Amino acid sequence: MTDVFRAESLGKTYPGVRANEDVSFSVAPGEIHALLGENGAGKSTLVKMIYGLVKPDDGHMTLMGSVHAPADPRAARAAGVAMVFQHFSLFDALTVAENIALGMENPPKSRELSQRIAELSQSYGLPLNPARRVASLSAGERQRVEILRCLLQSPRLLIMDEPTSVLTPQEAEILFATLRQLAAGGTAILYISHKLDEIRSHCDRATILRHGRVVNTVDPRAHTARELAAMMVGAEMRVIDRSGRKPGAEVLRVAGLATASDGMALKDVALTLRAGEILGIGGVAGNGQEELLSALSGEIATRPGTITLDGVDLSRTPPEARRKAGLLAAPEDRLGHAAVPEFSLAENTLLTAGSRQGLIRGGLIDHSAAQAFAQAVIAAFDVRTPGPQTAAGALSGGNLQKFVIGREVLGKPRVLVVNQPTWGVDAGAAAQVRQALLDLAAKGAGIIVISQDLDELLELSDRFCALNDGRLSAPRPTEGLSIDEIGLMLGGAHGMEVAHVPA
Amino acid sequence: MIDPIAVFILLLGAATPILFAALGELVTERAGVLNLGVEGMMIGGALAGFAAAHATGSPALGFAAAAIAGVVLSMIFAALTQFLLSNQVATGLALTLFGLGLTAMFGKPYEGVKAPTMMAGPLGLNPMIWLGLLMVPAVWWGLNRSRPGLILRAVGENHDAAHALGYPVRAVRIAAIAFGGAMAGMGGAYISIATVLQWTEGMTAGAGWIALAIVVFAQWNPWGVLAGAWLFGGVTVLQLRLQAAGVAVPVQLLTMAPYLATIIVLVLISARQKYGRSGGGSAPGSLGKPFHALR
Repeated sequence: MTDVFRAESLGKTYPGVRANEDVSFSVAPGEIHALLGENGAGKSTLVKMIYGLVKPDDGHMTLMGSVHAPADPRAARAAGVAMVFQHFSLFDALTVAENIALGMENPPKSRELSQRIAELSQSYGLPLNPARRVASLSAGERQRVEILRCLLQSPRLLIMDEPTSVLTPQEAEILFATLRQLAAGGTAILYISHKLDEIRSHCDRATILRHGRVVNTVDPRAHTARELAAMMVGAEMRVIDRSGRKPGAEVLRVAGLATASDGMALKDVALTLRAGEILGIGGVAGNGQEELLSALSGEIATRPGTITLDGVDLSRTPPEARRKAGLLAAPEDRLGHAAVPEFSLAENTLLTAGSRQGLIRGGLIDHSAAQAFAQAVIAAFDVRTPGPQTAAGALSGGNLQKFVIGREVLGKPRVLVVNQPTWGVDAGAAAQVRQALLDLAAKGAGIIVISQDLDELLELSDRFCALNDGRLSAPRPTEGLSIDEIGLMLGGAHGMEVAHVPA
Repeated sequence: MIDPIAVFILLLGAATPILFAALGELVTERAGVLNLGVEGMMIGGALAGFAAAHATGSPALGFAAAAIAGVVLSMIFAALTQFLLSNQVATGLALTLFGLGLTAMFGKPYEGVKAPTMMAGPLGLNPMIWLGLLMVPAVWWGLNRSRPGLILRAVGENHDAAHALGYPVRAVRIAAIAFGGAMAGMGGAYISIATVLQWTEGMTAGAGWIALAIVVFAQWNPWGVLAGAWLFGGVTVLQLRLQAAGVAVPVQLLTMAPYLATIIVLVLISARQKYGRSGGGSAPGSLGKPFHALR
């Protein structure tokens, strides 16, 4: 049987990042083919190339035996490629029919289109009213709109980018039934996910990507979730010495924490943190990490009783008062969130350390004290910069990260929450930042590290939990936790049962 | 004392410049672009239209020239905001100031010159009044029933999604900005060629700002724009009549009335939006946000 789609030695470089390198794989008719990989493994770039949103630097693609080099998504659609996006693809203010018409090259008249939508949605068991506004639909219904938009074009290759990340389990089952039906009709399906369970139960083949390269193409049914996780995250395992750190009394308690934000809402998050302990929170970005940090730092107020520090309820306390109480936070976004790019380093210290360090007295800024504190941070954390008067935006990412972390660490927090402390930081600086966090914990502070870097979490944390779809898993001691067990926790296998089932 | 039919006919004339400008701005905003330079494009159209009509003796050519002048001015805005990604609010304000200043300078030779007379259209009304009225259903149909209108709304609603589907966000927006410019230019020319019949510095007198307010007031709906333009035109005509009739109200207050009425209606609608069922309102989702495609 000839392949529907074939990629040969695809490569793509973004400034500073090699997103894909020598990627080759093929998809057969009627096959559900999984693209498996961690966040940042290059899955998205790869499918963007197939869909014509990004042009490959090297290699070539073939679709139905002829060269596939779409100039834009319309060309890709005309060639028979359809894609269901994870984000950014529906128009809230428009109706279902209008949204579907926008995804078609030559849509029929609106009445005829509505009729076809109704027919098709019936035959695939995906009921939808064409006249409804998308804004009023649930996540599952929105996805139906996207799928119908693709189905109306009778695609040869259907790409699905993490389609179940927004679905309830019941909705996911309906989706898989639809995909099976489509595959039986000969459509090739490229299915992107990092959820091992659903790939093992629904996909025919899986191509595994790591750091932009194809690691392997396997039959997922012939492998355990453990083996797939090892291929996905890499089996390299570090030996970590965590001896000598003794957790003290409980300092922070979070219970029933929920947010109703625009992004990923947190759902019933609970955790406790002891003095001298580092709690690692792993998970794919966009699963509630930013919301968790915002809720803890005070940017989002939550229900009373959800966040208590040393027995004092801080749930409705604004950020500055939380800092005074000893709860400090360092957000992921260095420029704009953690620091003002146009301000000097000295001025940036005022943003979070102003009251804790006595840099503001009687409503006036003590500039010499701010200078001195900035200088202290620079010295203690080896920030490479001409001096405290340098604008924060002029520092390299790694240096600014050291400064931001240093500003909070020198603030002698009771509890420090950091998100992605070493994101985009070179190895040397990352080691410094991690060491500083370990030292801080040794002095008795409780630390929450939110990160996507599993090695980092294993190196730092005493206990580990995963944030998935706004829910926080129960923490497990990091000691004795293997990287494939972590891979399973992140992949959303609830509980750890799957890992213990013999293959 | 006041004949309702005569008042209505005068109202149509007074509403026309705002109707043109507001319909143009509505299309621009539905594409997600906030162009605050309406006043500048109107005054540019007023002068260019007047000059062309005076030179050729043809008001029709005058309106054509006004449309072109509006497009040229709007393209300055388009170049700055769509290619150089400048701030739309600041750029729009600058365009208004630029238009006012430029016309003050080049308008000097036309002061005290009289415009050629226009032929009346059906029912004795100015043809541009008819064109303006026809533009209301045309814009409504174009936005809500045609494929280009659907794409334009999609671009204004969510430019990232439109880009992901392969629609040329920037090109659609530039076209919408150009349409807004042409309409504003013709609206301005109506004031100089058909109403006042001469050129005066700053003669648009804030009509562009009223047009901007009316777009919001109309909830980005062409029929609402018509209602808004008639309200403003109606109050204008009424206060002129009252002035002429010598009502014992200070002239300043009467002159203020149309602007005051616009503000009051705007506040009422915003209040209804805030406390009423509709909540979020119907502003295009990407209005005023710069779009930059990452390739």
